[in-house]
This record gives sequence, C-alpha cells and structure tokens, in this order.
Amino acid sequence: MSAVPQRAEQSAPAASHAATPYYRFQPFNIGRWIIWTLFAVVLLVAPLIFTSSLSQTMLTQMGVAIIVCLSYNMLLGQGGMLSFGHAVYSGLGAFLAIHTLNLVSKNHLPLPVSLIPLVGGISAMGFALLFGWVTTKKAATPFAMITLGIGELVWAMSLMFPEFFGGEGGISGNRVTGPKPFGITFGPQIQLYYLIAVYTFVCTGLMFAFTRTPLGRMLNAVRDNPERVEFVGYDTQKVRYISFVIAAFFAGISGGLAALNFEIVTSEVVSGYRSGAYLLFTFLGGATFFFGPIIGGILMVLAFVLLSELTKAWLLYLGLVFLFMVMYAPGGIASLIMMNLRVAAFGRLKELWVSYLALAVTAFITLIGAAAMIEMVYHLKLNAALGPELRFMGAALNAQGASSWFGAAFVMLTGLGLFEVARRHFARQWGEIQEFIEKEMKRREAL
Amino acid sequence: MSAVMPDAGVGAASPSFESGTRTRAVADTAPPYALELRDLRKSFGKTEIIRGASLAVNAGERIAVIGPNGAGKSTLFNLISGRFAPTSGEVLLNGHRIDGKRPFEINRLGLSRSFQITNIFPKLSVFENLRCGVLWSLGYKYTFLKFLADLHDANERAEQLLHMIKLDRKRDVLGVNLTYAEQRALEIGITIAGGANVILLDEPTAGMSKSETKRFIELIKEVTVGKTLLTVEHDMGVVFGLADKIAVVVYGEVIAFDTPAAVRANQRVQEAYLGSHVADAQAAAGGH
Repeated sequence: MSAVPQRAEQSAPAASHAATPYYRFQPFNIGRWIIWTLFAVVLLVAPLIFTSSLSQTMLTQMGVAIIVCLSYNMLLGQGGMLSFGHAVYSGLGAFLAIHTLNLVSKNHLPLPVSLIPLVGGISAMGFALLFGWVTTKKAATPFAMITLGIGELVWAMSLMFPEFFGGEGGISGNRVTGPKPFGITFGPQIQLYYLIAVYTFVCTGLMFAFTRTPLGRMLNAVRDNPERVEFVGYDTQKVRYISFVIAAFFAGISGGLAALNFEIVTSEVVSGYRSGAYLLFTFLGGATFFFGPIIGGILMVLAFVLLSELTKAWLLYLGLVFLFMVMYAPGGIASLIMMNLRVAAFGRLKELWVSYLALAVTAFITLIGAAAMIEMVYHLKLNAALGPELRFMGAALNAQGASSWFGAAFVMLTGLGLFEVARRHFARQWGEIQEFIEKEMKRREAL
Repeated sequence: MSAVMPDAGVGAASPSFESGTRTRAVADTAPPYALELRDLRKSFGKTEIIRGASLAVNAGERIAVIGPNGAGKSTLFNLISGRFAPTSGEVLLNGHRIDGKRPFEINRLGLSRSFQITNIFPKLSVFENLRCGVLWSLGYKYTFLKFLADLHDANERAEQLLHMIKLDRKRDVLGVNLTYAEQRALEIGITIAGGANVILLDEPTAGMSKSETKRFIELIKEVTVGKTLLTVEHDMGVVFGLADKIAVVVYGEVIAFDTPAAVRANQRVQEAYLGSHVADAQAAAGGH
C-alpha cells in the first residue's frame, strides 16, 4: 500500500514538527477556516446558480445524501465496521419523522417542522441503542453478518406492519403545517433546501468534530487493532457501540430530512438495496478521508437522478464503476484527489497532465464501444417492439446488424489497447514520482 | 472487596512518571506482592500447557522469565494479562484477584504488556499511537464532548513518551511506515503510556540486531525505572544484565526463581535448561 497520509492535516504539522515543543490546538487554523467557510458559501449560493427546479431538487437530495454517507463512514472508514444495514436507521428515522409530521398536522403535537429531522435522529438513536447492542458485540465479518440479519428483519417487519410502514403506498404527509415563523412555510423547495443546507452544515461540522474527540480517535484505534485497544484499557465493544449509536443519530436526521423533502416514506427506505447504495457511494467517494463521503453523497444523487434518466442500464454502469474502483483505487475518489495533491505539493503534477489526457481519451473510446454494445443488448431486451434500430450518441445502430456489433467491438478493443499503452506509461511515471517523493520526504526528515 | 490498597506507594492506580522517587523504599514494608501467581494452570483441550506455576514478585523488581521454546512463557503472560482465562489457580495484582478478568479491566488495575509480534496502531501516527495509550489512564474514557487537542495533560504525556522512546522526529509518521526497531520502541511506548506499575514485556528485543538490542535494553531500563518489570528474553547476556531476579519456566512450571547468580548455580536449572547456554552466558557476563 502506498504511504498516503491518513488525513489531510497531517502534512502541515509534519513540516513544522521540529519547532513545536508539543501539540497545540490552533483554533484559527487558517486552512481549515477557509475550507469550512467555502463549504458554507457553496451551500448558500448553489441554489442561486442552479436555479432550475430539477437542480434544486437534486441539491436538496444531495444535502440528505451527504449526511447519511458521512454517518455511514463513521462506521466504515473510521471504525472499520462494514454495515449492510445502515438504511435501517435512516429509514426508521424517516418513518418516525413522517408520523410525527402527521401528528403535527393534526394539531396533536406542537412542534415546528424544522425540528422534525431531530425526531428522526433521536428515534434512530433509540433503535440503534437496541439493535446496536447486538450488532456491535462482534467486529469484522460477524458484525457485517449481523447488520445484514437486522436489515432483513426490519425489511420483513415493514411488510408485516402496514399500519406503521404504510404497506405498498407508504406513509405520506404534508410539510406545510404548524407555526410559520417569518412566513417560512417550507412549501417552496428553496425554503426546504436552506433548512437542509443548515442541517448538512451543522451535521458535517459535528461529525468532523467527532473525529477529533477521544472516542473518535479510539474508534480509529479499534479499526486498526482491536486487540491492542483492549490492552490500553478500552472495551472495544463499548467504543463500537457508542459510535454506532451516534452514527445512527445522524442517519436518522438524514432520514427525517428526506421525509420532509419527499413528503412520502415507503418501506423501500429500510431496504437492503438502500443500505447497499450507502455502502457503494461512501466507498466511491472515499472512506479513508473525512470528506470522501461528501463526494459520495453528491455522486449518489447524480447517479440516481441523472444517470438513471440517461440510460436504462445505469445500474450496470454503476456496478462497473464500483468494480474498477475497488480494484484500482480502493481509497475512492477522495484518495485519488489527495494523492494528486501530494504530487502537486512536490511540484510534479504538471508532468502528468499529458498522461491523464491520454488515459481520459482512451478510456472514453473504450467506454463508447462498450456502452454501444450494452445499449444494444438493453434495446434488444427491453425495446424489441420498436425494431432493431436505436440511436446512440448521434449514430444509428442496428442491434441485430453484424456491422454495428463489429464496429462497437472494434472501437472498444482499440480503445482498450490504447488505454493499456497509456496506463503502462502512466504507471511507470507515477511510480517514479512516488519514489522521488519518498526520497524527498526522507531527506526533509533528516534535515 | 476492601477498597483501600494496602501499600500507598506502588499499588496506587494513579500513574506517575515521577515514580522513581517513591519506589523501592516501600518494598520492605508492603506485604502484598506486586504480582503473584498461585498454582496457575491452563489447558488447551487435553494438553496442559501451564502446570501449576507459582511466582511472587515484589514491587519494583525486574524479573527475566527464561525457558526453552514451548515452555509456556508467552502463555503465562497471556494468562496474567487476561488474553486467556486460566483453567485454575489465581493471579493477584497488588493483592487483588485478576484472573478471569478481561484485558481492559486488568489494564485499568495497573498492569500493561507488550507483544512478541509488534502490535501497534498501523494507520495512526506515532503521536496518536501514544496518545491512545494515555487516554484511559487520564480518565477520558469514551468521551466525545471534548476535543483531543484541548486535553493538555494527555498531549503533554504523549509528547514526553515520544521523547522517552526517542521517536521525536517521527512524531507524525504513521506506525506502519516506521522501521522495525522503531515499531518495537513504539510498542514499548504504548505499553508504558498508561503509567501501569507492572509491566510485562514479551520478547521486546525479538528480531533485533546485537547493537540494536543493546541500545534497546538501555531504553527499557530508562523507561521502566521504579516499575515492576517482567520480561521474556532469550539473549542470556541481556538477561543477566537486566534482571534482578530470574524465573526459569520449564514445561509450564516455574522451576527456579532467584537472583541471577543463584539461578546460574542452580543444579536443577542447569540440568533442565541452561546446559550449554551457561558457558555463553558467563562469557557474556564477563564481557561487560
């Protein structure tokens, strides 16, 4: 494994470690200050730049997805807990939230709508206190198995108790209810967006803060070496349990926000399918860095909303992307970014752009060839009634014609061959640069 | 259980790096041993690995545990530190029963151990490794309402440890990226971090070169001043140089427990174990 620093901040103190007598907290750490301000600004102005109703819907969903992916990464990235049932907590949070919303609508409960996501969070926490007690008794593979089991259990319950889960139709509600301070009704999408943006910012801040606390650090230690943790005085089970409950709290908040956004909650939200999506996109974004799941959340919405519009085969493409990521970039997009930032910090990034361009172009050619074939298969299977012709990227293809298949295969194989040439060249170049960086770091260390 | 610990000095759970000033004086007045094994037994299936081991270690003593391969030295450490529960017998730490307790409970009572195979937190920096070792003993437990950066005592302790194990320059290097000798030093650092009074080191110098071993033994002496130390060691030169007393373990029993000179003279030890090693050891001892 390459020696990528675990966190972005590590490189900064490393440079000045000789001078500092011991670790001191810098409350006005400039870099961090800038990043958080930037994050707030992006949340603030994004709907002003992307003004169409589709993009505002997507932005709203992104906020929700960011929270849930970050909460999932508390388990996966920070605690080494591979959960297959995180949707249980976001989903149950969503159900409790929509039921609460309906109580508010019926004037049974004097609660402002803006606080309903907290109900989701607290109820999810309650479920995690219960289920998590069993789940976190074990680590690693048994842990994963138990989460899977509990996921199935809750999914089965959702079919058994239609009063609570709403059966096929789900539970719907109306978020325009209760008191309206300053005329904020949350009726217009933009008002809801800003509510979700505030939650996203605060939750992200809190989850980042968690990584800087004793429990947060011991969670990393439990991930790295649970046995050793027991010999420095900590009960690993408790570390996992408390963290699990906290992660569920944030998942529940995200569920509550989703309930407000869609105004309907169906049992699909507690499904294993949903849990799988959290896992997939958290991983794609990058589980080894705190900000990775933010990228993952954004990608999740893009894929679910845009990619699914673009092609019927979107799940297949998604699966392929996931496959390649696991094989070639197990640190996700975040680690790709950080690795390139490291290269840039040592002033070697500009040598790479030609290689990157070559990789991009050849990958694109391969993708076109492969996509043409995939689309032809899907066309044959799903649109047979429309005849064998289809249009793909402006070209007319005949799904039953040999020339279309031959052409697509030719494009793909050519692309693949060229890609391999580019990849080998890049790999050599990359290895050489990494070696240089290692040497340079040793040299600086020795100074 | 009586809450008051009989010996105010050594047995106290509150750890301190200044313990060197208040140590050995207690040994002659304090009745309970720092560590005591009473007829300890452990079977794996039908095989009895530890067959009635008994040992009583005074506070502040440095004990080397020696014995042929497979004698049960590591198993003994695993029983004491709670990695395995003994089949029968008792383990007492400062007069309190600890057998059957879990490792973290035993650690909280003031016993810490290192491992034969390096056992650190590979993806955390050296500093973070040490800070993880410090946190519980300073009472931070599972808190998530305080920032690590604000825990000045923990940070200062971790920095002190960093200095003690001479890894100042590697402060922010990940554990996995250290050299083997540095990882061994970090292993010791984590072990002493919580300020435990009884320290078990399982072959601390395993896999090190002669010169590294020599330097490392000096380091161990430095960082365990005033503590009760038990160490498994194969290098006889090291054993006779480091230890106040030697415990010889053969076939799961402590067959001798005495000063180095007495152990060397012990007929039974020579027959059972030392044999040809005696000549080496004497040569090594003479070389000092």
